[in-house]
Amino acid sequence: MSAATPARPEPAPDASALIVLSGLRKSYNLGRPNQAEVLHGLDLRLQRGEFVALIGPSGSGKSTLLNILGLLERPSAGSYRLLDEETQTLDEQALTLRRRRSLGFVFQFHHLLPAFSALENVTLPALMRDGRVDAAARAAATGMLGAVGLADALHKRPAELSGGMQQRVAIARALVNRPPLVLADEPTGNLDRASSDGIFQLMRHMHREHGTAFLVVTHDPRLADRCDRVVELVDGRIESDTPRPAAAAGGAQTA
Amino acid sequence: MNTLGFERRVALRFLLEGRMQSLLIIVGVAAGVAVVTYVSALISGLQANTLDKTLGAQAHVTISALDDVVTPARQQAASESRFTRSQPREQRPRSIADWPALMAELQKRPEVAAVSPMISAAGLGLRGEASKAIALVGIELDRYDRIVQLRSKVVAGTARLSPGEAMLGSELAADLGLAVGDRFTITTGSVSDGARVTALVDLGVRELNRRTVYLPLRSAQSLVGLPGGATSLDLRLHDVWAADTLAAALQAQLPYKVEGWQQANAQLVSALNAQSISTAIIRIVVAVVVVLGIASVLVVSVVQKQREIGILRAMGATRSQVQRVFLLQGAVVGALGSLLGVALAATLIDIFTRFVRGSDGLPLFAIALPPALALQVALGATAAGVLAALAPARRAAALDPAQAIRL
Repeated sequence: MSAATPARPEPAPDASALIVLSGLRKSYNLGRPNQAEVLHGLDLRLQRGEFVALIGPSGSGKSTLLNILGLLERPSAGSYRLLDEETQTLDEQALTLRRRRSLGFVFQFHHLLPAFSALENVTLPALMRDGRVDAAARAAATGMLGAVGLADALHKRPAELSGGMQQRVAIARALVNRPPLVLADEPTGNLDRASSDGIFQLMRHMHREHGTAFLVVTHDPRLADRCDRVVELVDGRIESDTPRPAAAAGGAQTA
Repeated sequence: MNTLGFERRVALRFLLEGRMQSLLIIVGVAAGVAVVTYVSALISGLQANTLDKTLGAQAHVTISALDDVVTPARQQAASESRFTRSQPREQRPRSIADWPALMAELQKRPEVAAVSPMISAAGLGLRGEASKAIALVGIELDRYDRIVQLRSKVVAGTARLSPGEAMLGSELAADLGLAVGDRFTITTGSVSDGARVTALVDLGVRELNRRTVYLPLRSAQSLVGLPGGATSLDLRLHDVWAADTLAAALQAQLPYKVEGWQQANAQLVSALNAQSISTAIIRIVVAVVVVLGIASVLVVSVVQKQREIGILRAMGATRSQVQRVFLLQGAVVGALGSLLGVALAATLIDIFTRFVRGSDGLPLFAIALPPALALQVALGATAAGVLAALAPARRAAALDPAQAIRL
């Protein structure tokens, strides 16, 4: 895989970096006639505790990049260091454990488990990790659901909740393990404007409260404008990477 | 069970979520388990009953004196042809030499439960003008009772064989017009003796009932002209199926004819074997159907749950955790199905014993559900569930989470 990129010297330890991508490429159908490269050598660096929007037109490679950052797909070439650890050399099991420990996911379509109540959905990470939900894990989940404003809906099934409420459960689930990074794929794409604003404010609030870094893929320029930094992906390349120092203040006002 | 807490929880929820699907397959497994359990119990009941009836009236192994044969005056060479014809010897009762010593030896063998000496010969039973051919059986009642439970077969009178007493097959008694307490005469050609009837027995086979006369061993010895002798030794074993092996071993050691009951009832044994094979075939076919049924439901479930599997994998569920979730579903379906199935089989067996009756109004034969069989079938069904889940579970574990989530 690394044959496509020249060998890089091992970077110096970098404690403040959450994500360091260098020369990251992703091709589908490698070696077949329909081979297609989706990401053409990305270099990107995310600090701990950043709140970043990832924007770009459909087909620009946002989802692919998000999957790679989420350790759900492997890049074809280049390097992805997560928390100062090269992920290219990790095996499937190790990637799974990194996902469990270091990442939270929020998807566009909530993706809660329909057979589990809100509270059970949020205690799933603990159950997965320890094989049981102890009092501390239960308290953490209850607290997190309270923090997203769902203290009254602990025992409701996802089907009994509105879209916005479901997304709040998903955020609580992504955050309950206190991961350093939450990846959100169009978290408001499916919601009306009011719910959408509510969710976004909630994410900003959690960011401030817990220092969790967020990478939010969005189509909505209104939301992108309220992030600290906007990375624009066009045709598999980073077109622009703009810090928005004003946004933090704006976010603080709305929260 | 902390280690499987996650898998258990998710597996049960997945099963509950597809309630109808789960219920149908559990009922399907139950039906299969019930059929296997019921047929197994029925066949083993039938076999036990047949064996009981057969072995109730005969010894497991019989050692008897060799037949008299003609000994050629000169050994014939292979190249010679023979123009003489030998007349076979007439057979007369012969005794086993020093049988008390042999009996003591046999009793020491661990597989032997009881040994009983016997004189058996042919004779005539006479009373007034009636004269019937009889099979004369000289026994020591207490010993013989341990071989065939003769006392339990008494239909009239009390089992007792003091000198001058006899026990008769019920049909023979009717033929000779005898009742308990009556006297009759037994003759073996040269010797005649009188005896008083103490009991009538039903040996379960009409032919035996029509001919058998039990006498004390000593009376029989003098009637047959073998003072102190015994024409055969009857053995009862702890394990009926060891009879052939023991018979072969004894045959190699003793200069007598040794026959196990399996040899004497070769046809019955092959019929029993055929039944066992049929049961095995039914078991295998049902097991295959159960495995395929569970597998097909789980395959569908994996497809239906792709997205959930993807979410769980994204959240950090390992491949083996996902695999175990589905293996556990197979095990749960198998276990619940087998519980239900064993209960169903128990009901069927109860109905059978209650409503299927012989001509005499008594149950045709006893069938029961041995706990060992129930356990064996239940474990088998659970194992079948896990086996059935193997392929779907692998498939679920191999799902690409990125793709599964996008669905």
